[in-house]
Amino acid sequence: MSGKVIKLHFTIDAHDFSLAGEASSSTKKMLNQLGISPLIIKKAAIAMYEAEINAFIHANGGEADVEIGVDRIVITVRDEGPGIADLDLAMQEGYSTAPDKVRELGFGAGMGLPNMKRYSDRLEIKTEVGRGTTVTMTVYVREG
Amino acid sequence: MEKYYHSVTLNEEKCRGCTNCIKRCPTEAIRVRKSKARIIDERCIDCGECIRICPYHAKNAITDPVEAIYKFRYTIAIPAPSLYGQYKTVFSRNRILNAFKPMGFDRVYEVARAAEIVSEATRKLLKKENIKKPLISSACPAVVRLIQVRFPSLIDNVVKLESPMEVAAKIAKNKAAHEENIPLEEIGVFFISPCAAKATSVKVPYGAAKSNVDGVISIKDIYLKLLNSMERNPVREDLEQACQEGIRWANPSGESSALGTEKFLAVDGIHNVITILEEIENDRLEDIDFVEALACTGGCLGGPLTVENAYVAKNRLGRHIEEARLKGISKSRNEKIEDDLVWTGSIEHKPVMKLDTDLVKAMKKLEALELINDGLPGLDCGACGAPSCRALAEDIVRGNANETDCIFKLREKVRDLAAQMVELEAKMPPVMDKSGDSQEQVKKQR
Ligand SMILES: Nc1ncnc2c1ncn2[C@@H]1O[C@H](COP(=O)(O)OP(=O)(O)O)[C@@H](O)[C@H]1O
Ligand code: SF4
Ligand SMILES: [Mg+2]
Repeated sequence: MSGKVIKLHFTIDAHDFSLAGEASSSTKKMLNQLGISPLIIKKAAIAMYEAEINAFIHANGGEADVEIGVDRIVITVRDEGPGIADLDLAMQEGYSTAPDKVRELGFGAGMGLPNMKRYSDRLEIKTEVGRGTTVTMTVYVREG
Repeated sequence: MEKYYHSVTLNEEKCRGCTNCIKRCPTEAIRVRKSKARIIDERCIDCGECIRICPYHAKNAITDPVEAIYKFRYTIAIPAPSLYGQYKTVFSRNRILNAFKPMGFDRVYEVARAAEIVSEATRKLLKKENIKKPLISSACPAVVRLIQVRFPSLIDNVVKLESPMEVAAKIAKNKAAHEENIPLEEIGVFFISPCAAKATSVKVPYGAAKSNVDGVISIKDIYLKLLNSMERNPVREDLEQACQEGIRWANPSGESSALGTEKFLAVDGIHNVITILEEIENDRLEDIDFVEALACTGGCLGGPLTVENAYVAKNRLGRHIEEARLKGISKSRNEKIEDDLVWTGSIEHKPVMKLDTDLVKAMKKLEALELINDGLPGLDCGACGAPSCRALAEDIVRGNANETDCIFKLREKVRDLAAQMVELEAKMPPVMDKSGDSQEQVKKQR
């Protein structure tokens, strides 16, 4: 990334469900203040929201880092949860291991990872069973 | 017209500079400066939250006085359905409608009737393919403005059909012009309004170049006059045009229940609306085709320009709805103007939150904002006149406030200054230092 970069850091605390989505929501506000185009904001916000929720519901929380540059937004969501054993399977639409109590809250439709892929321009997932998962998503900021 | 017009205004004399309104505003559009609230024009969406919350009634909306009707040769009242919920149920809908004429109106046309026409057009729209779902109702102008300033990515979801008020005005005006042979310019159509945002959408319509409504009279202003007229005058004619489907629009979920689908979500209260719009933006709303979002709690019955408590009004409206249902007034009126219902204008993103037009400059300002915010106490106490510490930090980077507007920062500064003064005082220039060396030595010896 070249030129000016803004770095944001968030802790994803999995103890309070009412806080789920806070990090992506604050990021969205800041992207709005930067005057980034609504479509780009939407892509970045949804991708980040899904990754944040996954860290929240599948990995007992984690951390998020956002780097906003003049040409791209890079979002990294990191957790030390159980990891994903079969990533290809997890990437499939509708696949979810979310327990019933999570589903009752309206999460766990199995669309998170597919949406991250759909809304980010680049998606990189590093995961290791028993160690955790790191998702890095890039959304390019093109004018207009 | 000004660049950013809105109807909500402040009565400076009544304002005491408390912080009730700044905290309540969903777009952080109010600041207190010099003991008076100030509205940041471009951010105000006319939701009326501040009108409701102000304990000193210092906030109001610009509407037209009842006397404004005398400016026109021929006048038509188009009352919002919420009007019916304002009066005791001994006053039938027909009696309320009849009361307009002795007051000087030549005709009355129910907005509720036009609402039915809009419902029909919306049903058709929902059946179309390639439309962005969920559709978001455009009936509440405060919500449309909210979308423009805070949820621009949802602009495409907004139903681009004229509002019942506009449709009513158009139908009533054309009909009168035709039947009475009067030029359109000499006909004044007056919306009887529960709503500040509607008053704005008449002055600066988003769907069309010019509104067909010529004036907006608040329910508050006409309430007593209409009541007097009802009490004094007999019911002369049958003026009811709408059936229950249209009257229901004043209630939350009233618009939705006319759509013939269960896949709708109705939300009322601006802060609830924001939560739902966030959900839509995050693609979280599954299996919902239509969202009816109303800025006021209780829908238009809870509008800021109404008289009666929203819950009482709801009960009363319920009776009018039931009565209309039993009567089952025919809907076969030849007023279908659906093709014209589609907006000729469009709604644009209003990036009023943007810190700078230049991205790099905006980034620098955002960084500065974060840094300032980190230094603020995070109490969101409002004493600085901004709704939150972060909002003050934003005002500072925009050049509209100072760090010392924060009383905690000010105290810190005073303390620092005091410490510096003490220090300086100890550093008296030697020529003025009357104590002399002798005392220094005394001190050292101790
Ligand atoms: N951060 C993570 N840690 C562990 N498992 C994960 C993580 N993210 C996703 N998964 C696994 O991948 C599956 C699919 O994820 P996703 O597509 O987001 O659907 P959902 O979250 O609705 O279950 C999850 O059910 C879970 O088994
Ligand atoms: S809910 Fe009704 S009264 Fe309230 S702002 Fe919206 S349209 Fe106006
Ligand atoms: Mg998920």
